[in-house]
Amino acid sequence: MNKSVIFGALTIAGLAAGAAAAGTLDDVKARGKLNCGVTTGLAGFAAPDATGEWKGIDAAFCRAVAAAVLGDATAVEFVPTTGKTRFTALASGEIDVLARNTTWTLSRDVDLKFDFLGVNYYDGQGFMVPKALGVSSAKDLDGATVCVQTGTTTELNLADFFRANNISYEPVPIETNAEGAQQYLAGACDSYTTDASGLASTRATFENPGDHTLLPEIISKEPLGPLVRHGDNEWGDVVRWTLNALISAEELGVTSANVGEMSTGSTNPEIKRLLGTEGTLGEMLGLDADWAKRAIATQGNYGEIFARNIGEDTPVGLARGLNAQWTDGGLLYSPPFR
Amino acid sequence: MSDTHAHSVAFVRTETLPQAAAPSNAAGPTKWMRDNLFATPANGLLTIAAIYLIYLVLASTLPWMLNGVWNAGSLAECREILQGTSGACFAVLTERWPQLMFGFKYPASEYWRPTLAFVLMFVALAPVLFFDLPRKLLIVTALFPFVAFWLIWGGTVWTPIFALLGVIVGYLVYDRFVAQSFAAGFFGGIAAAIVVWTISGYIVPALAPEQPWLEAVPSRDMGGYMLNMMLGITCVSLSIPLGIILALGRQSSMPLIKWICVIFIEFIRGVPLITLLFVASVMLAYFFPPDQTVDLFLRVVIMITMFSAAYIAEVIRGGLAALPKGQYEAADSLGLDYAQAMRLIILPQALKISIPGIVNIAVGLFKDTTLVSVISMFDIIGMIRGPILASQDWNGLYWELFLFACLVFFVVCYGISQYSQWLERRLATDHR
Repeated sequence: MNKSVIFGALTIAGLAAGAAAAGTLDDVKARGKLNCGVTTGLAGFAAPDATGEWKGIDAAFCRAVAAAVLGDATAVEFVPTTGKTRFTALASGEIDVLARNTTWTLSRDVDLKFDFLGVNYYDGQGFMVPKALGVSSAKDLDGATVCVQTGTTTELNLADFFRANNISYEPVPIETNAEGAQQYLAGACDSYTTDASGLASTRATFENPGDHTLLPEIISKEPLGPLVRHGDNEWGDVVRWTLNALISAEELGVTSANVGEMSTGSTNPEIKRLLGTEGTLGEMLGLDADWAKRAIATQGNYGEIFARNIGEDTPVGLARGLNAQWTDGGLLYSPPFR
Repeated sequence: MSDTHAHSVAFVRTETLPQAAAPSNAAGPTKWMRDNLFATPANGLLTIAAIYLIYLVLASTLPWMLNGVWNAGSLAECREILQGTSGACFAVLTERWPQLMFGFKYPASEYWRPTLAFVLMFVALAPVLFFDLPRKLLIVTALFPFVAFWLIWGGTVWTPIFALLGVIVGYLVYDRFVAQSFAAGFFGGIAAAIVVWTISGYIVPALAPEQPWLEAVPSRDMGGYMLNMMLGITCVSLSIPLGIILALGRQSSMPLIKWICVIFIEFIRGVPLITLLFVASVMLAYFFPPDQTVDLFLRVVIMITMFSAAYIAEVIRGGLAALPKGQYEAADSLGLDYAQAMRLIILPQALKISIPGIVNIAVGLFKDTTLVSVISMFDIIGMIRGPILASQDWNGLYWELFLFACLVFFVVCYGISQYSQWLERRLATDHR
């Protein structure tokens, strides 16, 4: 029975492969569901909770795109990917968009033939030390033992940082973040280094988080953002401007609570254009006028998503830092909706 | 004469003494301990050292386990309850029990379906494993794959019915032609089954109701220990027959068949399982259009089955080689053809020799099913490493979760190995 499906699939494979390459936006609309690639589990970014519902800023972004394109924030098929399978899943068309705390680098953008559509979290590599060590800067770590994950960019960044500052260190290679936390707590190393967001969420799981401190130095740039296949610019535009809409909404003071009254009551022309009461921005994207309104109404603006999943009131407890709006001294800066 | 003899000793006991209890150091626990634990001074020293070691292990783990918390909503709550004392936080097992068993996406209202399939599995396995049971029970075994498929995946009932129909038609064709020649029956049966399946591929969608009795659950939503069991059972039961065919094919006198089998076995054995799984999950996606891919579960089953079939083939080849040449000649001299000789004389003996090896592979295969967590399928290890450890409630717990995974695997693997030892004793027909 299923065999006929397989044979049928084989015969039309060649035809459909050509058709699938063009128009992801139409495919998604026809399917009625967005296939969104996420991590298999990273606290605060994307992880299913006790009831099996995906939570986190990447998951919220997927829902925002689904709300904008399909009008239904629940029409998302979350496809969990590992660090090894994520790029092939996207390239082969198994997923429409990859939102999996993936660092934007030149080789991924150019050589792997993807398009990064912006940054939804500015990360960077940091250090965690026990308070008892009495260290206040990474430059005081001369001669320290440092736990670092092997085979990652963090290992290379670490070597660069210590060589640039002409101080010595002894690396303790570890395999996974879980192992790193255990080794660090057991005293196998003086300091543990990985992405600052990872350090913060790891520290939150310690029995006495207050005994450990994150050093102020951030020694690498890790801009994390969503990406799509190269060459499908209509679809790329939709995803890019959904992200920009969430960021702009925060800047303009539009929240999930007041989006309704803002769309009718606001006198600010940019808010009107964003929420579709004025202009034809949605039509240009191939969507209806309310696309951004739905995304904001269901998921909230960027600031709300941040606060709900990784903000200072959550166990992950990250400060806005670089991820504040440009008006607050951060890096978030959306191009204008015009 | 008798008199002199009677007086040559002063006293003769006429009644037997009542039996006395053995001295305390020659029987009971004391003797057992002296024989087994303290036979020599060196032995005694080792015993004391071992007891001390066991004490050390238990002294550090038992309080931790006995002091365990079974009811809490998060790791932080656990720590609050424990108040700084050492204790395990088993609450994660109680709170996430359905996720550990069924994955995080299987609908909670449908948990009874895989559970029922699990119970039926024992009924279906019983007549295969214990051949003293009535043979009529084999009907349950034959129906089980279709019933279990329907229970676990749900959807229209016509899919398993037509699948079963194909098998029945195939068997009837086989039964009709096998008397003429085994090959005609075998290949004719397969061809007939494929014809039925192809036709039903068009009929089933037409018959399928809008609202099937059992809600359809896609493979992607399967997870937890259920996924390990499904993969383990399916792959073991498929790879044993495939392994037998490969082993026989490798011994075949027909060069084409022989070389196909040799190349297949040697290629698969030369490649790590994890690369095959990556091919299944990643590479095959390139060859199919996005919406028409073969089910991921099916792809993984095919890869694991091929892998273990190649190993089982080699184990069975060992069994075939161990048989004396006289057995083959005896079969020939009885006038049996190839299929009969194999079925009646060679394979029963060769398989008996191969049991420990086959069980070894089966246990290894069952444990290898945890590798699917690397290709982002949420088996029990994938659930632990992904969603559970990434949740803000339980991030930071390792021992309790992985000990639990060890336990559930140990139960099954130990059961399999005990069964194989019983089977060997049961089949021991030689005189030792």
